[in-house]
Amino acid sequence: MPTVIVNNKPVEIGASERLNCIQAAERAGIEIPHYCYHHDLSVVASCRMCLVEMGDKKPDGTIAMQPKLFPGCQTPVKDGTVIVSDSQKVRDAQKATLEYLLLNHPLDCPVCDQAGECGLQDYSYEYGRGYSRLQEPKNIKPDKDYIGDQITLFTDRCIMCTRCVRFTREISGTAEMMVTSRGTHEEIDIFPGEPCNNKLAGNVVDLCPVGALCSKDFLYEQRVWWLNSKNSVCPDCSTGCSIRVDQNKDVLYRLKPRENPQAQGSFMCDEGRFGWKYIHADHRLKLPEQRADGKVVSRDWDAVLPAVRNALQDAMLRAPGKFAVVVSPWATVEEAYLLATYARKLSPTARLVLGPVRTDGEDDLYPKDVHGQPATPTRFTIRAEKCPNRRGVEAVLKQIQGSVIEFNDLLDQVVRGDVETLYVLGGDPAGWISETDAAKLDKLKLLVVQDLLASAASARAHFVLAGGAWAEKDGTFVNHKGLAQAIHRALRGPEEARPDGRILLELAERSGMFNAVSLRKEIATAVPALAGLAVGELGEFGVLVNAPAAAELQPA
Amino acid sequence: MPINAKDVEWVEEPPMNFWETTFLPAVVDGLRATGHHVTHFKPVTQMYPEVASDLPKHYRGVHRLNRDDEGRVKCVACMMCATACPARCIDIVAQEAPKDDPKWVDRDKFPKSFVIDELKCIYCGMCEEACPVDAIEMTHIYDLTGMSRQEMMFDKEKLLSVFDQTKDCGLDPVRTHKGRLGPASDFEKLPTLGPATTVLGDDRSARSTSPGVISE
Repeated sequence: MPTVIVNNKPVEIGASERLNCIQAAERAGIEIPHYCYHHDLSVVASCRMCLVEMGDKKPDGTIAMQPKLFPGCQTPVKDGTVIVSDSQKVRDAQKATLEYLLLNHPLDCPVCDQAGECGLQDYSYEYGRGYSRLQEPKNIKPDKDYIGDQITLFTDRCIMCTRCVRFTREISGTAEMMVTSRGTHEEIDIFPGEPCNNKLAGNVVDLCPVGALCSKDFLYEQRVWWLNSKNSVCPDCSTGCSIRVDQNKDVLYRLKPRENPQAQGSFMCDEGRFGWKYIHADHRLKLPEQRADGKVVSRDWDAVLPAVRNALQDAMLRAPGKFAVVVSPWATVEEAYLLATYARKLSPTARLVLGPVRTDGEDDLYPKDVHGQPATPTRFTIRAEKCPNRRGVEAVLKQIQGSVIEFNDLLDQVVRGDVETLYVLGGDPAGWISETDAAKLDKLKLLVVQDLLASAASARAHFVLAGGAWAEKDGTFVNHKGLAQAIHRALRGPEEARPDGRILLELAERSGMFNAVSLRKEIATAVPALAGLAVGELGEFGVLVNAPAAAELQPA
Repeated sequence: MPINAKDVEWVEEPPMNFWETTFLPAVVDGLRATGHHVTHFKPVTQMYPEVASDLPKHYRGVHRLNRDDEGRVKCVACMMCATACPARCIDIVAQEAPKDDPKWVDRDKFPKSFVIDELKCIYCGMCEEACPVDAIEMTHIYDLTGMSRQEMMFDKEKLLSVFDQTKDCGLDPVRTHKGRLGPASDFEKLPTLGPATTVLGDDRSARSTSPGVISE
């Protein structure tokens, strides 16, 4: 095995691995500071922050060091490479580099949105000089407040790492951003009349190691140290990007992509990034409702839940064969399992229906070439299937029923009068039923709608149960290739809205409280297709639900 | 961060000598101090409210929000005070400074709303310490009364009016120039560099709206 020596610490790397010094040092648990380097982008070695001493260990044991410092991001390692990142020479270089990067930086940290998660702040504290010897006025460049609809540029804060430029050229392929001028007059800009509005544009804000590129959506909303984060999964398409939910006092402020090589890589699309606004929408269902003859009878969970249970049991006595349950592909695996088992307990012939799966055009592949066509290799995919958990829900329904009934078939059955009692577990934020389809539900004798937002169906329901959005509940989403990832409850819902898992658990009169981990273990034994969930805690990156899917993912 | 062992200096109490072990000198010292208070008696009671209280210079009373030279609120809405506040009584909502207003060209953001709950406040002065632009200061006003809790929520206008009321009274000087300020407030002290080469007025690039973009 090739061995690299980092600060006197030997690290073994794979025989066919092509690592640079930064990656090799990471293996040894040593951080080499860097700005311009990003493992998903090409290497330019322009920031000079990662300068290290390098040498070679000869077969006879002698070490020959190179006289100059090398940029760690650009220098590959091989067997016997010696990297020194903690010598006085390297520390002096880091200090000098930081002082240079800060020459024209305005140091307006108090009013800068990046303060608290800023690469300049962190490295200045860790590696910097702590003071500036500059006695000249700073070169202040005018801000460019329109880089894109969602992006603003504070030009004077920029350190010219060009990560954003490389992102638009290599990942999105749209190449809107560029560097103008040279030397100290260098600036990031867009080509005239070509704003950075591609569907991956928000990532340039994440990539910016300083506060130069800021998101207009989040600008001045919060100081970042007030945000509490929970790991979650983006619910806006079946790619299932790993994300972080940042909230403060039960208000969601932003979503950030979380690196997950198994799911999407390092990025996320703007549809997901800014698509969460419905969580705080006015038409959220906030209270449960029991209705009789068009009038609200009760808005109290303690009264509504037993009433739903009784109504369902009465319906079973009346017509046990005419009961159907709709599980939306926005529901978690746990909710689908709880509802399906509850329905089958009520009536062994209950029909299990998959809610409408919303699709939007074709899969959107990046990068794009100059004609706007997808180029190979694909670096990022926005999938046409806009629901996060069709595979998870399908697996549960198939296991319990053998097959999955489509929602349109169910509507036909309702019109024919084959279904009299319907329980709908919704969750699609864009609305899952049209007014004409909802009118067909008028024939039902009992309609229970558990949903997130008010809809044409909830207006007709005899019982409305105010459920939780994805950020308000624990559970599991299974993405397009069978990767099960955990979502976590990051904030509380509005007023009396409850997480759907809790509602279903109480409805089914199961003992204990909703616990996603123990439920996952139960599901893993009950549903062989989801056997991967047996680990309970799915970890940061998630697990593949079954062995065939795992084999498919293995590199050949 | 753990404290390095070599940074710790251990100090032992010096051993007592014979007289100290009898405690007599200490007793005599104590009696002398008591006697001094008897012979040199001076009343410290202030006849408040008949006589206005004589407050120390560093007294921490009601807050005020300072104005800058142009009468704008000096606060840059950085929320350092809200972060430092142990009572969490400060609530700030920031807003982007109007981009097209030449009056605000040197500012990135300002507080849209700035509310201090004077009932929650413990008057510790941490907000003053934290402020990078000396925008929030505590005044000598101590007789704070109100008929409702809502009245004691001081908003931006109220806090600015406290400034107008106290800036000339002598007790609360505006400490704007007490020392070096953060660059966030005094950007005008750092003039921009001129271009390396002079741009002539009839140059195409000088006439364009954004430099480098040639519109013709």
